[in-house]
Amino acid sequence: MAWQVINREIAAAPADGKPLLTEEVKAKIARFFPKYETRRAVLIPALHVVQETFGNVSYQAMKEIGEFLAVPPSEVLDTMSFYSHFWTGDRGRKVIVVCRSLSCQVMGHEALLEALRRHLAISEHETTPDGQWSLMTEECLGACEHGPCMLINERLHAKVRPDDVARILADPNCDKE
Amino acid sequence: MAFEPVLSRNFNVPGSQSIDVYRQRGGYRAIAKALEMGRDAVAEEVKKSNLRGRGGAGFPAGTKWSFLPPNRTVTYLCVNADESEPGTFNNRYIMELDPHMLLEGILIAGYTTRATIAYIYLRVEYHKAYRILQKALEEAYAANLFGKNILGNPDFSMDCYIHRGAGAYVCGEETGLIESLEGKRGWPRIKPPFPAIAGAFGKPTVVNNVETLSCVVPIIDRGAAWFASIGLPPASTGPKLYTVSGPVKRPGCYEAPLGLTVRELIEGKDFGQGMQDGKKIKAVIPGGLSVGFLTSDELDCKLDFDDPRKYGLLGLGTAGAIVIDESVDLRQVLMNIARFYSTESCGQCTQCREGTMWIYKIARRIASGTGRLEDLDLITEITATMGMMTGRSICGHADGATFPLKTLIKKFRLDFENYIRNQKGVAEVIAAQ
Ligand SMILES: Cc1cc2nc3c(=O)[nH]c(=O)nc-3n(C[C@H](O)[C@H](O)[C@H](O)COP(=O)(O)O)c2cc1C
Ligand code: FES
Repeated sequence: MAWQVINREIAAAPADGKPLLTEEVKAKIARFFPKYETRRAVLIPALHVVQETFGNVSYQAMKEIGEFLAVPPSEVLDTMSFYSHFWTGDRGRKVIVVCRSLSCQVMGHEALLEALRRHLAISEHETTPDGQWSLMTEECLGACEHGPCMLINERLHAKVRPDDVARILADPNCDKE
Repeated sequence: MAFEPVLSRNFNVPGSQSIDVYRQRGGYRAIAKALEMGRDAVAEEVKKSNLRGRGGAGFPAGTKWSFLPPNRTVTYLCVNADESEPGTFNNRYIMELDPHMLLEGILIAGYTTRATIAYIYLRVEYHKAYRILQKALEEAYAANLFGKNILGNPDFSMDCYIHRGAGAYVCGEETGLIESLEGKRGWPRIKPPFPAIAGAFGKPTVVNNVETLSCVVPIIDRGAAWFASIGLPPASTGPKLYTVSGPVKRPGCYEAPLGLTVRELIEGKDFGQGMQDGKKIKAVIPGGLSVGFLTSDELDCKLDFDDPRKYGLLGLGTAGAIVIDESVDLRQVLMNIARFYSTESCGQCTQCREGTMWIYKIARRIASGTGRLEDLDLITEITATMGMMTGRSICGHADGATFPLKTLIKKFRLDFENYIRNQKGVAEVIAAQ
């Protein structure tokens, strides 16, 4: 059982004429076929696979996913753009998602965000020039007892005080359980 | 007599996520019993327990299952693990600490409703729950609890798959969930037809919350009469996993019978243990954001299926309390809520899309220090036409937006008038403009 971690090392560069979705990636997507009545229903699992492999879902990838699932590319874009978890551009190797909903707000999410902005010298929805970090906000992460909280990739950090930011981000494994 | 934990009974047991520990603690006894009882008897037992949905709407689970058309050939079970209501995290506790209890609930529900596939629609942010559920599923498959001829029963085969969401609150709404499962944007459907008649892929479908399905296990194991004696029968039966967050001493997830008061949840020694650092309660959202606000004088409100309505709230909701102390600027609270419903509106219904957007704009004006007293009436007016043209929007999102917004303005009107008359704007809001 692999814990699927989004691959943040490979940039999705559509090579000239060459397909982005390798046979291996297609095989991963095809494993979902028997689970659903329609190919269309494999779209969100496919978007997850692609983002986990390439770090994002580029337009080239959308086109190829569409071909593979017999879904028009416009519909792929329609679906994918509805969800906040998929992105088309490059993001940092480590994506910080700070919860901004009510419970975390009451517990001081704004001070945490400010500390992160200062430490990384970027604002929300931006990526550091070295490509290491992106700073995002999301609604309730379902971890309100830990407020203010944030995810770094797949790892949740609980009750983060502004003073903790430098220490947490200095840990190379801060995105791994 | 102290309450004996039911849903959380394995939470503190070492290795509670493993099938062996779950079995040692009496797990998977109920599915074996259900297979002996037969489908009709199980369905009857769940009806008798008066188990009502824990996902927010409180619909009786047994009744919901009985809406499935009798002559169907395919049935789907969708497990709602999208848990995105701010202040709510009890489903996460179940999935991280006792995943096999959920799987056993899925098995019993799947057997009873003749489901051939159960999809667990899991919000993508629950990475830990995802790993734990995957492992638990592998163990359950290896033990012939899923797959073909489950536990040697020739009349029961079912698969169970985890379907990860991708970040959208409205996909917790049952038909938004189904659309998302089908690979589309999560736009809720116009009902009828209800999912029981035409749900996932147009087939009869049952959608139930994680906690609801977990409750089915003790109902079968110990009987409907026992279950129905817990809580405040006949309307509010069974145990409940409450959550409490905000500046209380012990934020977390705690089990008690339905009908716990908000005060007990915040102050009780087995629960929140009171406020941190001598802070004073200003307001409480007792049941997930969408139910609305209580003042500090209304903490005797019971968390059951009836009492919250007497306080002008939407209902029990998810019984996830958010506590707000007196140091918090209520304009920030207003803005936060307005932003949530505005950004999470799927945009199909005009009154929801436009109503939430305009309230957010007005809330920003108030927070920036240029609000007018009429703005308070304007918000109240919009909430009156946005959601509470009850049943006139495709889903409950607009209703959910209405209650916190209107109860905040109504119950704390003097505070808002005072802000507007006497206060400068909130610094961060001004800085962001
Ligand atoms: C906007 C909106 C969001 C919802 N989100 C959730 C959710 O995250 N989890 C959930 O179980 N139910 C949610 N619901 C309620 C579901 O529509 C549905 O009533 C529930 O899943 C049924 O399960 P139950 O009968 O077991 O409670 C939501 C409803 C609305 C209107
Ligand atoms: S409000 Fe931040 S995790 Fe729920």
